[in-house]
Amino acid sequence: MNFLPPNGALHGVALDHLLRWNLGIIFWLFVAAQILLVLALLPRRSSPSAPTSEPTRSRRAWFFVHVLPLLAISALYLWMLISSHRLWAARREQPAATNPIDVEVTGVQFQWYFRYPGPDGVYGATRPTLVSAPAGNPLGLDPADPHAADDIVSSILVLPAGRPVDLTLRSQDVIHGFFIPGMRLKQDAIPGMIGHLMFTPTTPGDYAILCSQVCGLGHYRMQARLRIVSPAGYDRWLNARERALNPTASTASAPGSAPGNPAR
Amino acid sequence: MTRRLFTTNPRALALLYLLLALIAVVTGTLLSLLIRIHRTWPGLAIPPHGVIRPEDYLALVTMHGTLMIFFVLTVVPQFAFPNLVLPAQIGSDRMAFPRLNAAAFWITAASLLILLAAFFVPEGAPISGWTSYPPLSALAAAGPGQATGMDLWLIAITLFCLASVLASISFLATIFTRRAPGLTFARLPLTVWSWLVSSSLTIIAFTALFIAAAMLLADRHLGTSFFLPSGLVLNGTALNGIPRSPGGGTPMLWLHLFWFFGHPEVYITILPGMGLASALLANFTRRPVPAYRLMVAATLLIGFLGLGVWGHHLFVSGMNPYAGTAFGLTTIAIAVPSSAEVLTWLAMVFRGRLQTTTPLLFTLGFLSFFISGGLTGPILAQPALDAYLHNTFFVVAHFHLVMAMAGVFSIFAGIYYWYPLLTGRLMNEALGKIHFWISLIAAYGVFFPMHLAGLAGEPRHYAQLTGPVESFTRLLHVERGITWSAFLLAAAQLIFLFNLFRSARPGSRPAGENPWRATTLEWSPLAHPIISGDPYDYVRRPGHDEDFHPQWEPEKPF
Repeated sequence: MNFLPPNGALHGVALDHLLRWNLGIIFWLFVAAQILLVLALLPRRSSPSAPTSEPTRSRRAWFFVHVLPLLAISALYLWMLISSHRLWAARREQPAATNPIDVEVTGVQFQWYFRYPGPDGVYGATRPTLVSAPAGNPLGLDPADPHAADDIVSSILVLPAGRPVDLTLRSQDVIHGFFIPGMRLKQDAIPGMIGHLMFTPTTPGDYAILCSQVCGLGHYRMQARLRIVSPAGYDRWLNARERALNPTASTASAPGSAPGNPAR
Repeated sequence: MTRRLFTTNPRALALLYLLLALIAVVTGTLLSLLIRIHRTWPGLAIPPHGVIRPEDYLALVTMHGTLMIFFVLTVVPQFAFPNLVLPAQIGSDRMAFPRLNAAAFWITAASLLILLAAFFVPEGAPISGWTSYPPLSALAAAGPGQATGMDLWLIAITLFCLASVLASISFLATIFTRRAPGLTFARLPLTVWSWLVSSSLTIIAFTALFIAAAMLLADRHLGTSFFLPSGLVLNGTALNGIPRSPGGGTPMLWLHLFWFFGHPEVYITILPGMGLASALLANFTRRPVPAYRLMVAATLLIGFLGLGVWGHHLFVSGMNPYAGTAFGLTTIAIAVPSSAEVLTWLAMVFRGRLQTTTPLLFTLGFLSFFISGGLTGPILAQPALDAYLHNTFFVVAHFHLVMAMAGVFSIFAGIYYWYPLLTGRLMNEALGKIHFWISLIAAYGVFFPMHLAGLAGEPRHYAQLTGPVESFTRLLHVERGITWSAFLLAAAQLIFLFNLFRSARPGSRPAGENPWRATTLEWSPLAHPIISGDPYDYVRRPGHDEDFHPQWEPEKPF
């Protein structure tokens, strides 16, 4: 079970706990069934002769070999259903967190891009025809839109520990699978659709971001890095990126601590 | 010659289907060995091709999956075996629509040829996996193999769907119209019940895939846009503004249509094996199937529920979370009738004296894999847990055990069991048992460790273990063990092939009329039997020597 990578997300603790319980139970059921099958092959003291009449099915024997195990295993399935639904409902059937950190994730063959809305808290408009990675505009930001001027586009995802995050998932070309094993997160980025993935990272450190949906010949190398830092470290990183983008702007509006998104 | 080749005799067609599946399974196995070699020794040059490039690796995976799922796991239990025994098991000498039934074979053969041709066109075979999600499968420029190779794949699949539906119509019509006098539905063998359900599923599921594949072909060549949204940018070029620019569709439509086929397909491949397991356990324990009606009900229920679980393949697609909950519920629900069947088989194993013939051993192997692969099903049915395990090697392990290994072991059980019907001889038992034990151990050696790679977070379809950020080389020792087990598993099949051809030669053991002392009608010497009994009547009557009562013999009084 220690094959699982270290978990760094708030919801991952309960998920790992549930996964370990599930794996433990089915492992022992697996062992028991295989032992039964091997026992069946061992030579046994057989009944002296085959039954000479239609076997009178004993109701009690039937109950113990069939009905009772079926009830027990159905109870197990019911427990799986209820316990995992509680986790799923807590993760997904909830309104969005208030004041989350917004980052837009875009999958492109074979690269992940991360866009922060900048001090104005609004993502600028993008146009497919403006997309040009060689020209430094991989997402096709529209210079005519004032909201686009302060958008930070990064190839690394930096987030502060302890704050809820709302990722917006998009794809430019084919279906990609946004997968962070260390955050126990996975959701597809489907072209033409906008997905949302919410989580709260807790443990600072570096985590791998993978692609989990075959997307072409470079699928195996479509990876990026997630770096979880302290809130102060996050503000420093964001300010540095903002200054690099717009050297004349004042650094007074620290985006990490800005209260919410006025536009949402 | 033409007459002999274009036969409508179902048993001759069964032989043709088996030969076709043999070509597919040998090719598919060689592809899987190349996959294993590349994963373990990525730099190795394989003559005459050379080093396997990432696109070659994905083409190998795509073609391996397509060959095995369609041309082996579907063709044998759902096409070859019904032609071999379905008419006989209901006391008929032919199918209800003989020519329709024969046409299905020739369309399947054309489909296989077209699929294999994809290896030899420019850029080679497609790389988008057997599920072929658009836009990767819809745009020729999305990757190597996605032009001509992908077209051939789609044409092959379209033809295969057509053949499956034709064959299934023929099987259903045969079951409904050509049963021998006295063979009521309550006396049908469980294999026939399985084919009744799997053929119904085939007509529904393969029709969905037929439509989806035709729509994808239209998107590729007729300028439609069922699966393509607007605003796509491919290789830095916006597809807006080009002639026939796509827009207005969604890849989600393909996901739903494909898995509406894809999940019932799992039951299409495994239901015949489940029916066969009941029949062989009764035969080799010399006891009737307990709870025959429960087994029929479970089979029908699995077929019915099987049509409503496809959404569990879409848990991470961004589908509405309430839909995830609903599909999780239906998926867990289908585990209940499956568990009822497993418990019945386990009870059967312990009721009588086991005759440990090769077909019985392979049936127990089927049971072993069905349990070990089936148990991870309820884990993957939980959306919360699937959100971590989806598309990792945990899923690869799950479906290779429950569908591929259980399916193949059931196919072996059927071939060892029904071999006398084709050759009049029995296969060598000693070689059969060696084949069984090596295959069983090697198959677990291949697929059990994949669970661990999946728990470690290793995704499917990775052409290399090392990437720019994450490296899975810590799992290299696991990968190496899997590869050696795969070699052993493939080598064990040489024993089977030797046995298969050797035992057909004059001089090997003649089978006689009813070698397994079985009760069902495929072993009947009569052309027009009249049925008076139950299908698995392994009960000794007082004053009689035999411990069984064939369905074709007049009822003896107790």
